[in-house]
Amino acid sequence: MTQAIANLNQVSSTILQALKCKECGTEYKLAATHVCELCFGPLEVKYDYNALRSSVSREKIQSGPNSIWRYREFLPVATDNYIDMGTGMTPLLRSHRLARRLGLNKLLIKNDAINMPTLSFKDRVVSVALSRARELGFSTVSCASTGNLANSTAAIAAHAGLECYTFIPSDLEAGKILGSLIYSPTVMAVKGNYDQLNRLCSEIANTHNWGFVNINLRPYYSEGSKTLGFEVAEQLGWELPDHIVAPLASGSLFTKIYKGFQEFVKTGLVEDKNVRFSGAQAEGCSPIAQAFKAGHDFIQPVKPNTIAKSLAIGNPADGIYAMEIAQKTQGNIESVTDQEIIEGIKLLAETEGIFTETAGGTTIAVLKKLAESGKIDPDETTVVYITGNGLKTQEAIQGYIGEPLTIDAKIDSFERALERSRTLERLEWQQVLV
Amino acid sequence: MTVKVLVPTPLQTLTHNQATLECSGKNVADLIDSLEASFPGIKLRLCDEEGKPRRFLNLYVNSEDIRFLDGVKTTLKDGDEVSIVPAIAGG
Repeated sequence: MTQAIANLNQVSSTILQALKCKECGTEYKLAATHVCELCFGPLEVKYDYNALRSSVSREKIQSGPNSIWRYREFLPVATDNYIDMGTGMTPLLRSHRLARRLGLNKLLIKNDAINMPTLSFKDRVVSVALSRARELGFSTVSCASTGNLANSTAAIAAHAGLECYTFIPSDLEAGKILGSLIYSPTVMAVKGNYDQLNRLCSEIANTHNWGFVNINLRPYYSEGSKTLGFEVAEQLGWELPDHIVAPLASGSLFTKIYKGFQEFVKTGLVEDKNVRFSGAQAEGCSPIAQAFKAGHDFIQPVKPNTIAKSLAIGNPADGIYAMEIAQKTQGNIESVTDQEIIEGIKLLAETEGIFTETAGGTTIAVLKKLAESGKIDPDETTVVYITGNGLKTQEAIQGYIGEPLTIDAKIDSFERALERSRTLERLEWQQVLV
Repeated sequence: MTVKVLVPTPLQTLTHNQATLECSGKNVADLIDSLEASFPGIKLRLCDEEGKPRRFLNLYVNSEDIRFLDGVKTTLKDGDEVSIVPAIAGG
């Protein structure tokens, strides 16, 4: 059983100051709590940016670990006893073939499909959340997940020796269930959608003294996503891009990439620039895209029905903030059909050699839609965020990809199969031309 | 008629540390008024100045978000369970 040791959160830090309500500004101590007691607004970590500015430099970051912890001063941990499994510093690839296909001249791909240890961006947020959980004295951690988060929490908890309980919708892809079970957490497969299990976990967090990474540890957890902003800026040679395209589930990732860029500006590490923020949703779960298009200042929840299960959050906690960022940066929020998502997965694989999951397929499909409708200037430096790995959602593309040509171990069998495959290829070309 | 109400941690200072309450009301708006009668000040925490549930608060009747039902006019019957849950979670 977990015993939270209250006083550990008092570890002194001149940079970390408090938790502060994003809505009404009320401040709280740096404990395991995530909502304002007065207005229920989200709590965010408050930093002393003057102290931060004087303690960071490009050189110091560059000589730090080859992981998210090179940005340690910007992350909400109070000690140097953080968990480093080599998370982060994933490649920022210059796209040539996809870029040409879409008519873009400066497209880059931030590839978190090969993040460590569990092949999604969630390793970033969990590394931060569990490091903080340990500082706060938790020995049991948990999460409400659409799959990737559970994989990450289970793996990093195993590494850190923490007891782990994960909650997932019972209809998840096999790869995402197996990808948790292998680390031996207790996996609760909830009969219901993500929003239902998220509510359940909020209630469990009230009564069980566990560190829920995306509930009572959420202010710390969400800060981990800032590193997707930091890394891109550093990898671009300490410059901000002109435009980013990222997937939207709860909206948290999107808002934290924005915060990451802002913090690099505030601390003098990069020049200020208006970066346009565009978001991607699946049509079968697009509450933020719908609100954006309708010009609403609220998000109407929906019941998800899409193959993009990792984005299937019908009641997105940070949806309103994500929408505000897209609006104020002159970005867009678009949605795409399941068929377009599958085509997006294939397009990225065939042009760039990157196999992403449905969330990445959604993002590529939206990138394509925005490029084709002239909503991305071809000369803008555009970064598209690929946040998860295709091997985890194999069901989504079954039946949409080719099959191996089974042959005998004889040269004539090979020649016949080769001829057949070339004929099939020609037929495919003809179909495209028609 | 009795309805069970699940109270989140931030509101439990007002409910004398009770995480579950028994209360009554013909609909959700009515229930909030009767909670206010028992625990003065709670309505202001649940609703904004116009009396609408706060933006960062989700209300559920028998596990269904009231925005998929009739909002605060969602009717309640004996044995129903109403959950008050902060919206900021997950993702």
